[in-house]
Amino acid sequence: MMGIEAYVWSNAMTGLLLVGMLWAARVVRGNRLWREAASELWRRRRLAILVVGLYLGIGVADSIAWVGGIPEDAVGVLPNAPLSIIDRLFLDTREASYSAPLASVEFYGGKPLRHPGSHLLGTDILGRDVLYMVFKGARVALLIGGLTSLIAIPLALFFGVSAGYFGGRVDDVVFFLISTLAAIPGLLLLIALIMVMGRSTVSVCIALAVTGWVGFCRLSRAETLKLRELDYVQAARALGVSEARIIFRHILPNLAHLIVITFVLTFSGLVLSEATLSWLGIGVDGSWGQMIDGARDELSRSPIVWWNIGAAGTALFGLILAVNAVGDAIRDVLDPRTMRGSE
Amino acid sequence: MSAVLEVRDLRTAFPSSGGPVPVVDGVSFDLNRGEVLALVGESGSGKSMTALSAMRLVPKPGRVVSGSVRLDGTELLDLPVTEMRRVRGARMAMIFQEPMTCLNPVVRVGEQVIEAIQLHEDVSKAEARARTRELFVEVGIPDPEARLDAFPHQLSGGLKQRVMIAMALSTRPEILIADEPTTALDVTVQAQILALLRDLQRDRDAAILLITHDLGIVNELADRVAVMYAGRLVEVAERRALLSDPRHPYTQGLLRSIPALARPGEALPEIPGVVPSPDQWPAGCRFATRCPKRIDRCDTDFPEETAPAEGRRVWCHVHDGEGA
Repeated sequence: MMGIEAYVWSNAMTGLLLVGMLWAARVVRGNRLWREAASELWRRRRLAILVVGLYLGIGVADSIAWVGGIPEDAVGVLPNAPLSIIDRLFLDTREASYSAPLASVEFYGGKPLRHPGSHLLGTDILGRDVLYMVFKGARVALLIGGLTSLIAIPLALFFGVSAGYFGGRVDDVVFFLISTLAAIPGLLLLIALIMVMGRSTVSVCIALAVTGWVGFCRLSRAETLKLRELDYVQAARALGVSEARIIFRHILPNLAHLIVITFVLTFSGLVLSEATLSWLGIGVDGSWGQMIDGARDELSRSPIVWWNIGAAGTALFGLILAVNAVGDAIRDVLDPRTMRGSE
Repeated sequence: MSAVLEVRDLRTAFPSSGGPVPVVDGVSFDLNRGEVLALVGESGSGKSMTALSAMRLVPKPGRVVSGSVRLDGTELLDLPVTEMRRVRGARMAMIFQEPMTCLNPVVRVGEQVIEAIQLHEDVSKAEARARTRELFVEVGIPDPEARLDAFPHQLSGGLKQRVMIAMALSTRPEILIADEPTTALDVTVQAQILALLRDLQRDRDAAILLITHDLGIVNELADRVAVMYAGRLVEVAERRALLSDPRHPYTQGLLRSIPALARPGEALPEIPGVVPSPDQWPAGCRFATRCPKRIDRCDTDFPEETAPAEGRRVWCHVHDGEGA
């Protein structure tokens, strides 16, 4: 489709992400305040952090793909298709149709499976391993939460900080924008945007970002209004510091804790929104939302096929619970009002 | 003595629904090279606003309406914003009241002083750091090397104020504006900071505009005193002359109400009432509503400036030179 294959982009982005995480870890280690916050966080929410890490690991493993190395007798894959680490783990696990978890025969009809007893979470209507689908969904969920936040938060910060700092006209314009967006029903705008931009992962992310930045914009505007009046900003002005420098040196670093908290808390909300969109049939392919949506029919079968929706729901639930737990802890650790003294 | 800062007929106002409300209303004074001029007055008298106006830092929506502020002959009120930014910090620096909140909590204090130096001078980071270290020694910060890398919350109030002073001095300004520099500190630290300011002023021959409501600090530090009331100057004089022989009834009242000078066993004299807010200033003398020596003319005419003695200016219809 493009000059460079999509999987190369995906690999490059994953590499960039890993480098970014290493760099962030270095920054945290270098700054005493952040380092203390990080170790406090680890002390409080070890399990949740490990769970989030597990999801991240699966997502990363599903994002690194290459061509070749596929056995010729593998069923259901093209020999020149790029496959990720996760794809390769579940290579050639396809069955004919539904099978229950760890079953050795098909759920309807009772024909023997190709790989009896190997499907931990059973298979879906097309005979795909459900555990495999759940793993694939992790990448989609992380992509939606992460990419959308990456679009929405800078957008909100830009508008919020300039409105709060400069006030007057700028504030009027930004507030008009916010109010207008807030006046349109979110779901309606989402659907319209996705319809206009076409249904792809990126367009869903953009649509979610456009409808989702308003809240943080208000928050950062309010916080900037407060910071702007603080003595050290006044003192900086008295020292002859320029406006841009004040914003980057004195306002943004003091918003950092808010950015981290908002990122984590919106993240889970966004993953849930995608599930809603999938329910409406305009979600991202391969997401948990789509698995849940597909399970609508399965729930009305007899005997009931429960493992599909069960697995997707549990995976979704687990990620959101873990992220929220980490988010709460981050807020407690970073918010100056709940921070324990570190004199 | 030559004036390094000349303020003439400075007027600063805030807009309101009933028209602009003046907070500084025609203030004129000279700040001479190497002197400490104390600007004294109650809360709300406009002394901080006078200083902020001179720096062109009046908080919005207030603005300097008219007047002139000349630094070494350069009119500051007409300077372009970028030029003014170069004046601030480099030639006129300010020390604020609250050392606790004047430092960015997420940046190391040494870093903040280094940035202040690099902002106005083209020096390498290592050089700026070395100079910061010297400044820390000069303002009496113990263990300066370690303090350079401390965050504000790790320092005491007195140390933070010393850092603020170091920062203000970092670019060798000609004028230092100290807005109640010791109000937020406890008494022993206050004395240390005052002593430090006096030493620094002598060593560097800088001019200090000291804003305070504490006549004890005035006595300690000032060469000349300008007393402000309700946006106007009421009396300007040499420190000794003013403290021993106040002419304006307001100055007399201020001096009488110093606890240390009161007679034991007697009630502390006070000036009745409070400073009227700017929208309720009387038409004549601003102090008329609280003045014990009021005559009819005080209610209608604002008193002209009189100069009863060398180096002394008084704005009062009835000033008579009687002691407090």
